[in-house]
Amino acid sequence: MNFGTGAAEVLRADARWRWWELGLLAALAASWPLLPTHALLLNEIAILALFALSLDLVLGYAGIVSLGHAAFFGFGAYAAALFAKLVMPDPLLGLVFAIALAALLGAACSLLILRGSDLTRLMVTLGVASILYELANKLDWLTGGADGLQGVVMGPLITPLGSLEFDLAGRVALAYSLVVLFAVLLLVRRLVHSPFGFSLQALRDNRLRAASIGLSVNARLFAVYTVAAAIAGAAGALSAQTGGFASLDGFDFHRSAEVLLVLVIGGTGYLYGGIIGAIVFKLLHDLISAWTPQYWNFWLGLFLVVLVFVGRERITRPRTWFRTRR
Amino acid sequence: MNAIVLETHALFKRFGGITPTNDVSLRVEKGARHALIGPNGAGKTTLVNLLTGVLRPSAGHIALDGEDITQLAPHRRARRGLVRTFQISQLFGELNSAQSLALAVSAQRGIGARWWRPLGDDAAVAARCEALLTQFHLADVMAQKVAYLAYGKRRLLEIALALACEPRVLLLDEPVAGVPEGERREILDAVNALPADVSVLLIEHDMDLVFNFAKRVTVLVNGAVFAEGDPQAIAADPRVRAVYLGEGHAG
Repeated sequence: MNFGTGAAEVLRADARWRWWELGLLAALAASWPLLPTHALLLNEIAILALFALSLDLVLGYAGIVSLGHAAFFGFGAYAAALFAKLVMPDPLLGLVFAIALAALLGAACSLLILRGSDLTRLMVTLGVASILYELANKLDWLTGGADGLQGVVMGPLITPLGSLEFDLAGRVALAYSLVVLFAVLLLVRRLVHSPFGFSLQALRDNRLRAASIGLSVNARLFAVYTVAAAIAGAAGALSAQTGGFASLDGFDFHRSAEVLLVLVIGGTGYLYGGIIGAIVFKLLHDLISAWTPQYWNFWLGLFLVVLVFVGRERITRPRTWFRTRR
Repeated sequence: MNAIVLETHALFKRFGGITPTNDVSLRVEKGARHALIGPNGAGKTTLVNLLTGVLRPSAGHIALDGEDITQLAPHRRARRGLVRTFQISQLFGELNSAQSLALAVSAQRGIGARWWRPLGDDAAVAARCEALLTQFHLADVMAQKVAYLAYGKRRLLEIALALACEPRVLLLDEPVAGVPEGERREILDAVNALPADVSVLLIEHDMDLVFNFAKRVTVLVNGAVFAEGDPQAIAADPRVRAVYLGEGHAG
């Protein structure tokens, strides 16, 4: 394969835009004008996709398992909500503030995941999220405790197109979330195709060798965990700003588990797993819970078991379903 | 006598009651073709792990170019030109050969942490990769995932990755172990083609290779230096023959 192409060509191949990438992004953008009545659901999808993109960077690229990624989501949500309540209601400044705080938290937590095995990391990440959950619960003078931070009033979005008030149908919210998702996606896409991005995959595949070709494993893990935390914080901030509240739910274990499920559904390590997973997950959720509200978890569980046993490739290629094994 | 590039002084490593490295003082000269031999369990790989920083010694010092590197992290030693290959290939399974090499070349040129430009965007990096891929007969499979490469190709990539780091001291841990005859030649040629000022420490079982390649031989037994000298002297040493080469070896 690839006769007659030089190394430069092969090295550039991964960074080239594929038609399906552009198609997926175009479809997401087109959802805004085409599906105005579903803006709230689409907004949830965009936020979940952003959150899953953050986990993909850590799990899919750097190979760090986490059961507590909600720590950064919840932290971003509270940071944005508190900023709006105590400092000023401007959403963009609030977003920047939440991203910065989540990045700081990520930088601090990255020290905990440098050492140890996957099992240790699962427990440590789970533990950090639980600690933050209880802190948010206990510090009720600041966070509202179990009731959450209610009635967060957001100011208008100051954009080049003028200042836009958040509407009840969620159309401004959706546009806001989509723009943030696209911006982060472009940034991360750039990142993963750089020497830095490839070095993450290198240390995921073989830390010993990564160090022996002169790559600092710890510095890489520190950097990627900080960036991923910042992105998860952005997702949390969007959720608080467009939903008008931050609650303990943001730190909850089920949120960490859910984002992991989303990534498993969509696939790890190719950037778009989070987006595709978020679309499939939210649509399934919406469809199944409209049909049978109590048993949604049953059907989700069944779907996951089938997905894992049959394999994603076979599900997405129906013509292989009835072919006998060689 | 040439300058000493790599030196260990009274190096010890203990794991509980076992001492796989026992008072090893080794000197590798600039441009050396030095072989480290010894029976299984002599502590050869432990010594390599100590030299490259994967393990910390229990006592003793390691110096590279006269500077103490005993406490230096493995990646910093690699950046200073102390590079190794692995007896069991340690590669990046999900990357292809071109990407693996480009990463090593980028790291060596100090642009391994660049995050804005694509990998291989630098023409010099791409050219160096191209040269290595051609030299190691990997050009026709360079776009294939490393995990899917044939065993011989993986061994070639193993050596190519080390050379991509522009070593000044190269530790070759059984470079041709299990390599089919046809591809052995390529590895040996590449090692022979190294610039004369690169020092090579070869850890090897294959005696033909050792005596063809090395100008100096150190014999390690039970973690300690048992004998050292030029290949003829080592081959003729009756103690070495008894402990290592075996009675039937023709020399």
